[in-house]
Amino acid sequence: MNARTPWSAERAKAIIAGHRHLRGALLPILHALQEEFGCIDEPAIPLLAQEMNLSRADVHGVVSFYHEFRRTRPGRHTIRVCRAEACQSLRAEDLIDHIRRHLGVDLGGTTADDAFTLEPVFCLGNCALGPAIMVDDTLHGRVDAARFDAIAAATLAQERAR
Amino acid sequence: MNGQLVTVYVPRDAAALSVGADAVAAAIRAEAKARNLPLRIVRNGSRGMLWLEPLVEVQTQTGRVAYGPVTPEAVPGLFAAGFLEGGAHPLGHGLTEAIPYLAKQERLTFARCGIVDPLSVEDYRRHGGFRGLERALAMRPAEIVAAVTESGLRGRGGAGFPTGIKWKTVLDAAGPEKFVCCNADEGDSGTFADRMIMEGDPFCLIEGMTIAAVAVGAAQGYIYIRSEYPHAIATMRAAIKLAYAEAWLGDGIHGTAHRFHLEVRVGAGAYICGEETSMLESLEGKRGVVRAKPPVPALEGLFGKPTVVNNVLSLTSVPIILDKGAGYYRDFGVGRSRGTLAFQLAGNIRRGGIVEKAFGVTLRELLYDFGGGTLSGRPIRAVQAGGPLGAYLPPSLFNLPKDYEAFAAQEAMVGHGGIVVFDDSVDMARQARFAMEFCAIESCGKCTPCRIGAVRGVEVIDRIIAGREVEANLTLLQDLCEVMTDGSLCAMGGMTPIPVRSALKHFPEDFTRTPAPLAAE
Ligand SMILES: Cc1cc2nc3c(=O)[nH]c(=O)nc-3n(C[C@H](O)[C@H](O)[C@H](O)COP(=O)(O)O)c2cc1C
Ligand code: SF4
Ligand code: FES
Ligand code: FES
Repeated sequence: MNARTPWSAERAKAIIAGHRHLRGALLPILHALQEEFGCIDEPAIPLLAQEMNLSRADVHGVVSFYHEFRRTRPGRHTIRVCRAEACQSLRAEDLIDHIRRHLGVDLGGTTADDAFTLEPVFCLGNCALGPAIMVDDTLHGRVDAARFDAIAAATLAQERAR
Repeated sequence: MNGQLVTVYVPRDAAALSVGADAVAAAIRAEAKARNLPLRIVRNGSRGMLWLEPLVEVQTQTGRVAYGPVTPEAVPGLFAAGFLEGGAHPLGHGLTEAIPYLAKQERLTFARCGIVDPLSVEDYRRHGGFRGLERALAMRPAEIVAAVTESGLRGRGGAGFPTGIKWKTVLDAAGPEKFVCCNADEGDSGTFADRMIMEGDPFCLIEGMTIAAVAVGAAQGYIYIRSEYPHAIATMRAAIKLAYAEAWLGDGIHGTAHRFHLEVRVGAGAYICGEETSMLESLEGKRGVVRAKPPVPALEGLFGKPTVVNNVLSLTSVPIILDKGAGYYRDFGVGRSRGTLAFQLAGNIRRGGIVEKAFGVTLRELLYDFGGGTLSGRPIRAVQAGGPLGAYLPPSLFNLPKDYEAFAAQEAMVGHGGIVVFDDSVDMARQARFAMEFCAIESCGKCTPCRIGAVRGVEVIDRIIAGREVEANLTLLQDLCEVMTDGSLCAMGGMTPIPVRSALKHFPEDFTRTPAPLAAE
């Protein structure tokens, strides 16, 4: 389940303060901000620049370099589907087509009901049990169309039970 | 511990979890409770026989007995068959150690993985853990470095650089401050050995890094783990905490004056951050743009200080070298490839997993004797060895022994030991296209041949696939590959041509097909 707390400068400052003692603190701080807010909000850039004594361009450069840092809030759950060679050998492309049709989104998109954001990933380290996907922090192996539908349904059912 | 309590092992390895290990553990616990049978469940790492996961083991008088792949639904039947005493069952495989896949291996680096409780220092010690470090603490730094050099250990991250020579450079470098950085970015498709050992035997990495620190005089270390590995991150962090609590890390390691502090840092989804200088930039909190070498990281690494950068498998091979001696390790292997490598069988393979063997084992043995051919049951047409920058090899080369030099002679690479299998439904032109696409997406952007060349590469291959001016475009593709090979700063742009050219060389027919008429779908 993704955290999607609305932006709070105060909260962001506290997070920055909690990590500033680290050497090379910017990545750990960006991870912590994204964990709290679900993405790196626009006001985070000038705030980080000011707090870390960097230029805005520097901060923006770092945020945009890494595929993982998002600029907009994701859906409630992130589905990362492996596109790398070992999963390709087991027809991951067919699975991805199925997932796109099933959810009605493209890679990088979020479903209309905000339930799922679908992201491509290059290898999840589960290459002997592909095709692999990761839903939030839960890894799944040997995923086919039917198993995907069951996993997506179970994710929503769990959410309702909570 | 309680003598009559039966111990059942259910892996906590991410691959095992991906096919339901948690649900199996819960089912075993529930069934035991219902039957009023007290038992102890240990969540171990994986034995590396991934097609059998979840692989449940029961400790019996004669040894550990294996069952797998176990589903929650199969659990009541296992109890009924008396699996707690090692009883026969269709999912049973007898003694784990006697399963041929495992029995035929030479497990040095992975000796404890899947056997111990990954988060028990006591269990680690019981299985020989920290003996290498204890030895190292009693040696002079130069002696430690000499032992690693003599062992013949070469970097397992891909480049195969002698580890001892790298350490000597750092040891000889001046400076009050030095670092040891573990490269756990493991971005290559088809590789998972770093992940498995971090989840299954995390103290082994801590021990290897501490030995490196003592050897070169470093007081601070970082493990850079890719964010796609949440389980490995959690396990390493928990293990580090335990190691501090028992004085295997921190100030005054194991009652000596040595100091070593260790921290996990998390990547952010950039393949290039596995390249060592990009990783150092990332650790410094910057964009992961590759640095020009020289200076080498051993002299000017993290924050400009002398730094050891080693792969997880290089560092986890160090404890046994110090414990059993350089000669013991060196006696495995062939030519200038000494010791063992944890090969990873991945993709369309029936028995995928970890096969730790001495160098010299052939692809054929790995693919058929261990791997059992494809999962689909169709013939193997190609394997990609050594990750996304590695060559695609046809069956005519399967007699090639796994050896750095023998592979290099075929313009191929052993790399991190990953082997991805494809059956005869593979379209090699598409695979070549993917190699270029991957480079275009993951390029750090510093140099033009890589950044722009890869984008052009995708376009050219698209034209070839579409059957447009095939001859001219094939020539263009060869030229492009040459420019990328010669003009790139690092192996990302410099080696992307390898999978492309090997596909062209060994599977030319896939590039000259008349395109299928547009299908209805
Ligand atoms: C594009 C690229 C990606 C790399 N990815 C990794 C990686 O994920 N893990 C790794 O250990 N080495 C990787 N390397 C190799 C490292 O640059 C470096 O050689 C290695 O970490 C040194 O450690 P070793 O001597 O123990 O192998 C990569 C190199 C390149 C060019
Ligand atoms: S070859 Fe590519 S990844 Fe390597 S430095 Fe050049 S642009 Fe960056
Ligand atoms: S290639 Fe898909 S998990 Fe590794
Ligand atoms: S990167 Fe500079 S050329 Fe490919």
